[in-house]
Amino acid sequence: MQIALSVNNVTKNFGDFRAVDRVSFDVEDGKFFSILGPSGCGKTTLLRMIAGFYEPSAGSIEIRGKNMLGLEPNKRPVNLIFQHLALFPMMDVKDNIAFGLRRRGERRKKAYKKVADMLERVGLPGFGNYKIDQLSGGQKQRVAIARCLVLEPLVLLLDEPLGALDLKLREHMKVELKELQAQVGTTFVYITHDQSEAMVMSDHVAVMKDGQFEQIDTPQNLYYNPASSFVAQFVGENNKFVGTLEKSPAGRYAVKLESSQKIFAGKVEKLEPGQRVELFARPESMIINPESELEDINVLDVEVKSILFDGGNSRLLVKSEHAAGELIVALPQNNMYDDIKPKDNIRIGWHPAGSVCFENTGIKTYAEL
Amino acid sequence: MLNSSRINIRWSFFVFFIPVFLWLMLLFILPNIELFRMSFFGMDNYGEMDFTLDNYTVFFQEPVYWLTFLRTVGYSLTVTLLVLLIGLPVAFYITKVARLRLTGLLMILILVPFWVSEIVRVYGLILLMRESGILNKLLVTLGIWDKPIEMLYNDASMIIGLVYTTILFMIVPIIGVMDSLDDALIEAAYDLGAKKLAIWWEIIIPHCMPGIMSGCIVVFMLVLGNYITPSLMGGKYSLWFTQQIYNQFIAYLNWNRGAAFGFLLLLISSVIIWLALKLTRQKLSAVIK
Repeated sequence: MQIALSVNNVTKNFGDFRAVDRVSFDVEDGKFFSILGPSGCGKTTLLRMIAGFYEPSAGSIEIRGKNMLGLEPNKRPVNLIFQHLALFPMMDVKDNIAFGLRRRGERRKKAYKKVADMLERVGLPGFGNYKIDQLSGGQKQRVAIARCLVLEPLVLLLDEPLGALDLKLREHMKVELKELQAQVGTTFVYITHDQSEAMVMSDHVAVMKDGQFEQIDTPQNLYYNPASSFVAQFVGENNKFVGTLEKSPAGRYAVKLESSQKIFAGKVEKLEPGQRVELFARPESMIINPESELEDINVLDVEVKSILFDGGNSRLLVKSEHAAGELIVALPQNNMYDDIKPKDNIRIGWHPAGSVCFENTGIKTYAEL
Repeated sequence: MLNSSRINIRWSFFVFFIPVFLWLMLLFILPNIELFRMSFFGMDNYGEMDFTLDNYTVFFQEPVYWLTFLRTVGYSLTVTLLVLLIGLPVAFYITKVARLRLTGLLMILILVPFWVSEIVRVYGLILLMRESGILNKLLVTLGIWDKPIEMLYNDASMIIGLVYTTILFMIVPIIGVMDSLDDALIEAAYDLGAKKLAIWWEIIIPHCMPGIMSGCIVVFMLVLGNYITPSLMGGKYSLWFTQQIYNQFIAYLNWNRGAAFGFLLLLISSVIIWLALKLTRQKLSAVIK
């Protein structure tokens, strides 16, 4: 596979502040690559460097092997879809989409023919004469995408374009965007702070924090094998336990919690016994009231705080004396647990293999702040 | 209850309406009606005032009148265009390039000269440009010119003066609309392959059109009706139509002809503004906002 976009050790300083810190990654042709991070992590700065609006302080950016440094945005084979789309209100839909073609010196007639084809492809046939303010949010989105795709860029950059849409439309556009990308085969680089957007759409996701990449991986690997405590907390929901790592004579690792309860640890890498660690277990790995003959699982007594009904995504919020915050337990919707009420005392258990352990860094997610 | 509140509304309406009405009626509408009436009267062969179209026909028969008129309109359009060409980049710099703190300072720098009257401003410019002025001294000291040159009292110096005295009225309305232009639109155009000229032509100017038009209308009217600057900075051949009107009223005491000339000026400025709005497809209501 050809490499469409290659970023090497790119750094960007604004005065004393380092917004992007030695970031490197490659994106293969035709892939959907996402950069996921909380606001202020430097992802927009990185995207603007690829588009050409900022010059990196150090490092190089190559597209199809061609160095992009020093090239102005209007000369780069990439196009950017802006956060608020930046459609030109002074033009109608067809002139918006034809804008780039006309700048390349294409004749009006030929450009409009391409525009009509492109409008059909994004599902807006016959919308050429509409004014921008006559379009709905989703239609604007498609016009913005069409305006870039008609130029056949080697890489399409997207700066959180779904952020302004309401939830239902956002869910819909996620699927549509992924299908459109598969259909046109253009390389997409998508930045977002919404982990669900990144996971659903992408072939690969990079998780970014404080200007650096924490992990670049497939969505599945990010979810099941996070490389750091931050990734474990930021991607999907997780239950956190803090304690001291211990190793039994048999070679088994366990975490001794503050309450001196011990829980078995799953994968343990680069950690020494005696270290302060964080252990993460996913809500869906929790078993409610596990049968007592199940061996080798961690079991905790907890009190139900509340039931968060959300259809297939329903959860229990439970409180345990062994963990600092509330724990989240996925609630299967098979009516088996309909009798659970708040203030009930139940047991939860999970297989240690599904949990991960990291050095205690004290990183806090929004939920704990 | 209902009755008294209705009376209250009527009272407050009259309190605010009457001064405005009197002001417009006594100082604007009535004098103009009288001038309009006067423009159709003239002295006949017996020394009696009589209805006549002479005041208007003499304008077309006497070349000095209509040539001055054409000159005035032509130069007014030129000055308006010059002010626009200077004002656009200045407004762009103030709204989009300069940092926030600098923006205020720059606005004050543009506004300060307008705190004094036009006559003082023009004399300031004369001090700068005259033969023994600062500019000449500087250029001679630097050795660029051998001896001072008279830069004043010609059409060029008159245009410089007119540009200087009206530029504020172009910059302020343009800043108003340019402020509302989303920077992302400029970046998007740049990203889609547009060069600087195309960004100006396709994005910035169409967005700023209401402000540009209102600036142009104000500047054009100010220049067309200006009397001080052409008189002080122009040469002896730099005739301005307002000077002809002045002469009719003050020098020849021919109020009837002066009134007729005044209405011709009003007519042409209205026609040109109407044409400009039609050509740029702008609505007057959007422009005066």
